Amino acid sequence: MEHIRTPKVENVRLVDRVSPKKAALGTLYLTATHVIFVENSPDTRKETWILHSQISTIEKQATTATGCPLLIRCKNFQIIQLIIPQERDCHDVYISLIRLARPVKYEELYCFSFNPMLDKEEREQGWVLINLSEEYKRMGLPNNYWQLSDVNREYRVCDSYPTELYVPKSATAHIIVGSSKFRSRRRFPVLSYYYKDNHASICRSSQPLSGFSARCLEDEQMLQAIRKANPGSDFVYVVDTRPKLNAMANRAAGKGYENEDNYSNIKFQFIGIENIHVMRNSLQKMLEVCELKSPSMSDFLWGLENSGWLRHIKAIMDAGIFIAKAVSEEGASVLVHCSDGWDRTAQVCSVASLLLDPHYRTLKGFMVLIEKDWISFGHKFNHRYGNLDGDPKEISPVIDQFIECVWQLMEQFPCAFEFNERFLIHIQHHIYSCQFGNFLCNSQKERRELKIQERTYSLWAYLWKNRTDYLNPLFRADHSQTQGTLHLPTTPCNFMYKFWSGMYNRFEKGMQPRQSVTDYLMAVKEETQQLEEELQDLEERLEKIQKVQLNCTKVKSKQSEPSKHSGFSASDNSIANTPQDYSGNMKSFPSRSPSQGDEDSALILTQDNLKSSDPDLSANSDQESGVEDLSCRSPSGGEHAPSEDSGKDRDSDEAVFLTA
Amino acid sequence: MEFAELIKTPRVDNVVLHRPFYPAVEGTLCLTGHHLILSSRQDNTEELWLLHSNIDAIDKRFVGSLGTIIIKCKDFRIIQLDIPGMEECLNIASSIEALSTLDSITLMYPFFYRPMFEVIEDGWHSFLPEQEFELYSSATSEWRLSYVNKEFAVCPSYPPIVIVPKSIDDEALRKVATFRHGGRFPVLSYYHQKNGMVIMRSGQPLTGTNGRRCKEDEKLINATLRVGKRGYVIDTRSLNVAQQARAKGGGFEQEAHYPQWRRIHKSIERYHILQESLIKLVEACNDQTHNMDRWLSKLEASNWLTHIKEILTTACLAAQCIDREGASVLIHGTEGTDSTLQVTSLAQIILEPRSRTIRGFEALIEREWLQAGHPFQQRCAQSAYCNTKQKWEAPVFLLFLDCVWQILRQFPCSFEFNENFLIMLFEHAYASQFGTFLGNSESERCKLKLQQKTMSLWSWVNQPSELSKYTNPLFEANNLVIWPSVAPQSLPLWEGIFLRWNRCSKYLDEAYEEMVNIIEYNKELQAKVNILRRQLAELETEDGMQESP
Repeated sequence: MEHIRTPKVENVRLVDRVSPKKAALGTLYLTATHVIFVENSPDTRKETWILHSQISTIEKQATTATGCPLLIRCKNFQIIQLIIPQERDCHDVYISLIRLARPVKYEELYCFSFNPMLDKEEREQGWVLINLSEEYKRMGLPNNYWQLSDVNREYRVCDSYPTELYVPKSATAHIIVGSSKFRSRRRFPVLSYYYKDNHASICRSSQPLSGFSARCLEDEQMLQAIRKANPGSDFVYVVDTRPKLNAMANRAAGKGYENEDNYSNIKFQFIGIENIHVMRNSLQKMLEVCELKSPSMSDFLWGLENSGWLRHIKAIMDAGIFIAKAVSEEGASVLVHCSDGWDRTAQVCSVASLLLDPHYRTLKGFMVLIEKDWISFGHKFNHRYGNLDGDPKEISPVIDQFIECVWQLMEQFPCAFEFNERFLIHIQHHIYSCQFGNFLCNSQKERRELKIQERTYSLWAYLWKNRTDYLNPLFRADHSQTQGTLHLPTTPCNFMYKFWSGMYNRFEKGMQPRQSVTDYLMAVKEETQQLEEELQDLEERLEKIQKVQLNCTKVKSKQSEPSKHSGFSASDNSIANTPQDYSGNMKSFPSRSPSQGDEDSALILTQDNLKSSDPDLSANSDQESGVEDLSCRSPSGGEHAPSEDSGKDRDSDEAVFLTA
Repeated sequence: MEFAELIKTPRVDNVVLHRPFYPAVEGTLCLTGHHLILSSRQDNTEELWLLHSNIDAIDKRFVGSLGTIIIKCKDFRIIQLDIPGMEECLNIASSIEALSTLDSITLMYPFFYRPMFEVIEDGWHSFLPEQEFELYSSATSEWRLSYVNKEFAVCPSYPPIVIVPKSIDDEALRKVATFRHGGRFPVLSYYHQKNGMVIMRSGQPLTGTNGRRCKEDEKLINATLRVGKRGYVIDTRSLNVAQQARAKGGGFEQEAHYPQWRRIHKSIERYHILQESLIKLVEACNDQTHNMDRWLSKLEASNWLTHIKEILTTACLAAQCIDREGASVLIHGTEGTDSTLQVTSLAQIILEPRSRTIRGFEALIEREWLQAGHPFQQRCAQSAYCNTKQKWEAPVFLLFLDCVWQILRQFPCSFEFNENFLIMLFEHAYASQFGTFLGNSESERCKLKLQQKTMSLWSWVNQPSELSKYTNPLFEANNLVIWPSVAPQSLPLWEGIFLRWNRCSKYLDEAYEEMVNIIEYNKELQAKVNILRRQLAELETEDGMQESP
């Protein structure tokens, strides 16, 4: 709290990003965990909550006659523009936020104060929902070829690996330790995924310290052990996910890649995925395009192309497809690495696993996949997503790219995934929110030291509890699309990869389809379930009555009112019924009505609107954040202003058009 | 008959058909007067029936004596036929070329097609202007039907019956016609029941360089304004283009002469610019070699989505004037037969719930495209593969359908029809067994006696068995105005039409089926529950009656 220079500023304006002339007047609060904007308007008292950990950049812009503008860009792609009347207040808010958005200790993060009112037992159960030991068992391990190794107990060999690791049976501790010494950060080859059907496996590691000529007998034996663990194939693919040039450059630093001459029976392959710096810049460029105010189609397409973002997505997908094919079609095991083996390797292993195994396309399976390939194998969440103040060059949207790959696949295979787009969006949100402990720190070791499980809550339990929100209505466990490996077309179809506006423009509600097929179908399915129950009930009652009548008795059966089924509609017509800005070059044709504004930055989540409005992301925050003077747990946040003839729609802004 | 002369080789055996995503089929190729048929002569294997009029272009090549004909269709499909024997191949190719480019309309398939289904409702009479007008006449008495164009004498591209302000007599209409391009005097396109505002459309005013004016024209369009109200003229050309038009005798409404009207210029492209855009787009979609970036830049370079955005934006603007500003709108470009119709019809999709139903949409096409004189014959003569430069082709109607698809994508529950309905209309506009899209105007259709000699597309589509294919299972009547987003992020490529033949749609089709199943099952249960509820209620009242003496 000592970092909050001013806890409250009045008469602040929140600018509508789409029609900047519209701004809501309200009060800005700074709390230990959130920035909160509460509108003055007595009808709505609309609240906008921003977690400090979501803040990516804060920009103080030149003061104008109306006040001092402050632009806050969030890691979940929300953009907030505030106008603060006094320069001094603006400066205080700015300085406070700069500090609040860059915590220096883990203890400052929201998850340590977040309390969803669960008792200790519930919290503990939450943490065991996703169990990796179970997952390896599900894969069919241990077996004749693979065993659980305790070589990394107490993180003795590699501090960024988990303690529980599967290695080939023939890989002795001596081989493992020897191999680990020949790999960057001692990340020796271990099993990531085992394909039961043909014994092929996906293994992962970091790059070998081969330099120009170094070799390591134990490392060579390690690869041989991997090959032998797959009796169906006489070679192993070694996939280096870096561009060849990058890998070669690493040799000068004593690192590099496997020399095919030194390793028996390997097939070596480069797959050019760019490094974290390229990816960071690419996202930056794409977001600049998303941020453009009324861009032309050319601006948008050019910008999208120049960002290179979709090309990078395709590169990751191509690598995943290559590995999935090698495993399922050629029956060959694959060792995947990049430099350290915690970014591109995690992306590629998890995409390949997702293609191969339908389990990972279920809700729980997807959580397991992230837990395994990302959390347990030491993806550096803290560094990549900037949870604590650190080197900005370490930040990169690595898991964002993986999440997008999953979305791209969902677009291709609409029935194959048990979960929906919202599930992905919420996971992305919470990777940055630090509301739950799952993604804290850079490794399992650090998380254990910090006693994360005793002090914070698990996101997986929270998502699982609300799973009905995340279901894909088109998913059926027995559907042919759900089974086995997902086969993507072999011909290069670049048009397959599309811009994901549901993610990168998700706070621009007006840009999204205004009626959700997913929500509609879920409502239908829910009603269907009720109907099934009622049908059964009716049949039983009819049977009873008929029996009774046959017996000529006059027992009057007690009736309960048949449940009424109101029509379902996923389409919120009030949102549907709001014009956009069609004026284009005609500057004077502002056209958004206030009712749309209500929808735009729906991060306010009181219990009342959890269900009704956009999925809650920072749920419960009003209860936990300890904001005392917020008398306004707005019950109206989720209501949409009545649409069509609402007097509000005919606002003065539109009249400008007439006089312009 | 004539066709026989064109068919040098009517039949070739051992022809192999290649299509993307299908295994090759070997069979017998037959040419008839209107179809190219490939039959494998095996049970349950697919045959190819292709209308010659659907063929946009063909290429041939030879390897030894094996000839290959690549057929590029107007619906963007590309198929390949391997034909043994050089002579056969050459004969087939020249026959196809001749048969697919017949000059005479009366030789087209619709004049020969005999329906194999029972006509329940004759589509030629499904959407009569009088009936359409009745819908309005209950709401307003300010408009009337005019028969001034009965003999097509006043405006050759207008239908015999048009809707005009009641206070304007036919004599005045004749005068106005001489002041408007192609005789296209302002007529009613849409009446917004909610507030009585209207959309009118016309050709450009023939002001010329010396600022000619026409009192009757001014009176006509002012007659549509309420007291003290102003209206908007939306000119679908940029100000520059409109000004240039004056040199050729055209022009636009001068403020001085139309003080109650505000003019807005938008810029919707026409003719060869659109045609080139389509050619580039389809080329990009068919090119499977380029990398990700080239795909996006080719998509951009085609400008197709730019056109979509521009057309939709203009339509939204028109709709906004009507619904939000409470102002009437007059829309025209040059002739008033292309961009004008795109805008008037899309504005109705936005404003009018009825036009989002199947019948309402059919009526809209009938009214705003066919009756309104969009020259389908000229515009749809060639498609994306045409390499000869012809002046009149333009995918105006396809752009309209694409815009409708964009709105449908944004409001997936507000339309009674689905994407397949739009695709079907696209196909029939370019090649069809029905007479609906033949000719360039009502007067041409009259002369061709299409009603007597051909079948209407609507007769076929509106059969229950056909309709079910085109019905959107998600439809829930939505009586509101729907405002689409025109941000580039909201306007993707229409894959269902442009990537239709270049992608495997199996998984998407399965998803659609699943969606239908979910909804059908729900309806089934609903019906069952209702029956049981009723039974139960009956039994219980019987019970009750027995109980009470």
